[in-house]
Amino acid sequence: MTGRRIHPLSKLFGWLVILFLAGPIVIVIGTSVSDTPYLAFPPQGFTLKWYANVFNHSGFLDTFIISMQVAIGGTLIALVTGLAAAYALTRYRMKIPGWYGSVFFLPFFIPEIVFGFSLLKTLIVQFQLPILPSLILGHAILCLPYMVRVIGASLAGFDFSIQEAAISLGMHPVKAFWTIVLPNIRSGVIAGMVLAFITSLNDMAVALFLTGPGISTLPIEVFTYVQQFFDPTVSAVSVLLMGVTILVMMLIERSLGLSKTVQ
Amino acid sequence: MTSRVSLVQRLSALGPWLLVLPATAVLLFILIIPVAGTLAESFSNPAGLFANYRDFFADSYNRTVMIRSFRIAFLSTLTALILGFGGAYMIANSSQGLKRVLLILSVFPLLTSVVVRSFSFMAILGRNGVVNTALMKLGLISEPMEMLFTQGAVIAGLAYLFTPLMILSLVGVLENIEDDLYLAAGSLGAAPVAVFFQVTLPLAVPGMIVGSVLVFTGSLATFVTPTLLGGEPQMTLATLLYQKAMISFDWGVANTIAAIMMGTAIFCVVVLGTIAGRISARRAVH
Repeated sequence: MTGRRIHPLSKLFGWLVILFLAGPIVIVIGTSVSDTPYLAFPPQGFTLKWYANVFNHSGFLDTFIISMQVAIGGTLIALVTGLAAAYALTRYRMKIPGWYGSVFFLPFFIPEIVFGFSLLKTLIVQFQLPILPSLILGHAILCLPYMVRVIGASLAGFDFSIQEAAISLGMHPVKAFWTIVLPNIRSGVIAGMVLAFITSLNDMAVALFLTGPGISTLPIEVFTYVQQFFDPTVSAVSVLLMGVTILVMMLIERSLGLSKTVQ
Repeated sequence: MTSRVSLVQRLSALGPWLLVLPATAVLLFILIIPVAGTLAESFSNPAGLFANYRDFFADSYNRTVMIRSFRIAFLSTLTALILGFGGAYMIANSSQGLKRVLLILSVFPLLTSVVVRSFSFMAILGRNGVVNTALMKLGLISEPMEMLFTQGAVIAGLAYLFTPLMILSLVGVLENIEDDLYLAAGSLGAAPVAVFFQVTLPLAVPGMIVGSVLVFTGSLATFVTPTLLGGEPQMTLATLLYQKAMISFDWGVANTIAAIMMGTAIFCVVVLGTIAGRISARRAVH
């Protein structure tokens, strides 16, 4: 479809909205290189010292490592459980009732802060689970809907009769899954993992309640830092975080196409 | 032999259920039971089933916080709805190539951390922020205005946070309005403004409802933005929940706030979701 003609005023308004959404990011990038001890935009002078600060502040590096561990752990749990569920929901549509699939979207509807508080009371206080596994389990829940949804979407386009043909010719069903189904839905699996990973990396609500002395995640560390020091170091961390996100978005774009993933 | 075959058959009949079992178990033990526990505990005051709620609402400060939270959530939903509609309307009516670029531009903030996005508004609204600097350079004000820690700052920050979600909810709906409808309306003599109000807007209602549910429940549950942009003077339910749970360890009140937030979210999703579904279904029939 080529563009429909819309009123110039609504076009102008649309562009202002895009500016509203993209502007703050440009401003953060600008302040991160400004040679002033406070946030200045347009930047005054040019310096990379705020980026150096990020790497000199041990809190950011330490929590980045924990964030990575949690994101990898959470993504993997969500991947294994979500892939199996998505496969069963699409392949055996006749046997599993349709509403069952929507159960996996519950994490989208429960306010995250309520979820985080509930996890604190059960996992940490009641079951005395250490912080790291608790964080991983909490993030696995946040990641699960993306896996079920994105992998489910790519399975919906897969012709299961190919797999059945292989099985009827004597291939073991598990081998048929690995060699026939999985390669065909690879892009969906990658996209699901990437979305899950970003979600985990950005999570505040769960980490807010589950982090404790010694173990914290990067967003929590940045949040604490902002409340104490209001300087361009945070801009620099933000830009670095955005860099990771762009990298990851390019991965999705290459493997599946962003518009398919987000709609 | 026959019994073994039937056992294998029975097991393979269970197969689909065995495959959904791990995900279901994780969901049940890590999400459903803990959250249900919180809801149950909000009623478990020995003084009576609703004693926690009675105590919560008896405190005028709590009432103020709650009303403020709903007002902030409502106003940020309205702002996101207006901005999101404007953005989605342009994106939906753009050519294929531009559409892709605009969609990426508007969705990108969604993929950055809430802390980063709230922080960017501190950089914009702060004393040395972009707005104050610009206004002072233009000579419109002589001293920086205090814009942080106001309700307006929280609403702006939340609208920024959630407008991309609104755009995503609306782009598909607006794209699917058929060209024929516009042509028909135009050939029957409707002015562009009339076409917008009589064709585009009514057809977008289900998308607007879905988007509004997402933004309203999200605004109510967000902790970081009200903390960084509103601070103590703009305490909301989410920030009060955090304070009660982690600073004063008053878990009775925290449970009650959590239950109120859950109730609101369920109400919005079920009631408004059903309305949106009904409207779409009725359209499909006609």
